Amino acid sequence: MQRTIALVDCNNFYVSCERLFQPGLEGKPVVVLSNNDGCVVSRSKEVKDLGITMALPWFQMKDIAKQHGIIAFSSNYTLYADISNRVMSLLSRFSPNQEVYSIDECFLELTGMASLENISEYGQQIRQSIKKCVGIPVCIGIASSKTLAKLANQVAKKQPRMNSVCDFNAISKNTLDELLATLPVGEVWGVGRRSTVKLLEMDIHTVLDLKRTPPKRIRDEFSVVLERTVEELNGVACIELDDVVPDKQQIICSRSFGTLVSNLPDLEQAAIAYTTRAAERLRHQHSIASGIQIYIRTNPHQIKDPQYQQSITVPMHEPTSDTRVLCHAALVGLRKIYRTGYAYQKVGMTLTGIMPATSRPKTLFDDITAQQKSASLMQTMDQINHTMGSGTVQLLGEGIRKNWAMRRGNMSKRYTTEWDELPVAQ
Amino acid sequence: MYQSSIRLGRNATNGLLSFMHPNKELFQRQRALLRKAIPAGFPSPADDYVEQRLSLDEHLVQHRESTFFMRVAGDSMRELGIFDGDLLVVDRALPATDGCVVIAVVDGDFTVKQLIHSPQGQLLRAAHPDYPDMPIRPEQDFFIWGVVQWNVHKV
Repeated sequence: MQRTIALVDCNNFYVSCERLFQPGLEGKPVVVLSNNDGCVVSRSKEVKDLGITMALPWFQMKDIAKQHGIIAFSSNYTLYADISNRVMSLLSRFSPNQEVYSIDECFLELTGMASLENISEYGQQIRQSIKKCVGIPVCIGIASSKTLAKLANQVAKKQPRMNSVCDFNAISKNTLDELLATLPVGEVWGVGRRSTVKLLEMDIHTVLDLKRTPPKRIRDEFSVVLERTVEELNGVACIELDDVVPDKQQIICSRSFGTLVSNLPDLEQAAIAYTTRAAERLRHQHSIASGIQIYIRTNPHQIKDPQYQQSITVPMHEPTSDTRVLCHAALVGLRKIYRTGYAYQKVGMTLTGIMPATSRPKTLFDDITAQQKSASLMQTMDQINHTMGSGTVQLLGEGIRKNWAMRRGNMSKRYTTEWDELPVAQ
Repeated sequence: MYQSSIRLGRNATNGLLSFMHPNKELFQRQRALLRKAIPAGFPSPADDYVEQRLSLDEHLVQHRESTFFMRVAGDSMRELGIFDGDLLVVDRALPATDGCVVIAVVDGDFTVKQLIHSPQGQLLRAAHPDYPDMPIRPEQDFFIWGVVQWNVHKV
């Protein structure tokens, strides 16, 4: 039976979130910048029309921004996460099977939900419902496989006559092939930059070319994964909807500093802060880690300055999720790799050897009481920080005055999560 | 005390526990548990009637996804009991019917007013004698952002 899979994708999601609470920005060129106001991570249509590409460093576009009056926001992930939760929760009502794929897109299984004649109509209902209830514009691609649904979504975004919903299942095979012949092969979900180069060498230029390549040839030249992609392009659903997000095998917390840091105490504060975040995420998925990797580097863009980068992995005495133990290990590692005389730009923490807390290996010398005490202390900390705001209780080592903290020049308010920052109506 | 239970052999289980458990403090706590009387009286007659305590959030928020909170600035709505600093519960999912209080966007700014459907078109009405009705001119940038469902006012 032919499947019906929809991909719902929010249009320039971060910008749309900003516009929801500052409606005056509608129709104006708006960008959202990454951490430390580094690069463009979300662009309004007006900015795209100016030819500004994704991931363009902000300092490189300051002139053009001034010239066209582009409004730039620092990323407000607290706001985006809340709006995303609202969108996803609403979308879950439209299908019994939903896979939240990222903060701004999700797959919905619509197989057998409605007859083929009105599935586009159903898509329109979904779109209008999200726009009305949460205020976020979305585009919907519908097809018989996830890979095709992704492509249908791009078509829905680019062609205004589609009215934001594109159903590949509703158009004839020939028309679909004509359409696929206009799309470059690099736009296919799962085809990376390196594969694209190789495909072009094999004279495979468009999505249609890839679709018509024998899957076996692709498997021989590339991998089983790309072979599945070819099957998917031919309408055979091979990639199932994951309704359960698998636990992370690695937890990374790394950020650039607001200003370069050269002294050890500041680096230590940052190391403790990032390890604390990583440990919170670790406990959130009820896991424990058996090691921690610490990574520091200078700013590679400042070519005149002396460059240094180093990383080290510190194994844990026993797998743990205790912030204090992990921070201690992080500091041991940091002191090992720290060298004076460099201006550091980034420190990163990676928790490794992650396993469910329930499968902790038992040893004869386990101190059960200490483990219980640690668990209840961490649980209490998490609860306090959850109900009273992140950072209410923290290790003092994280520091109070954070010289290294991220630059967030123009962050909007947390309109939906802080009582003091609600939108105001006259 | 901890030693004596082994020596006296008063209770085989206790002795075994204390022998195997290197942690004295924990052992004593566990033993205290074992010794605690088990209540065997009548169970509370209210047990079958325990229900969730009332939640104001549940009462005020009809649709979780589409409900937002807003703060009032100014006294243009005071005759409808909406004052400066009040907290509005705004639901975007509700239809903006004639006479309801809405959050409207006029020229890019949020305003809280009463929506009136008149034969001449929509107009926004304040609840204050000093504020005249605001007819919506076609060239104006205007839309309804949400419908005010509740006003939370501190007395």
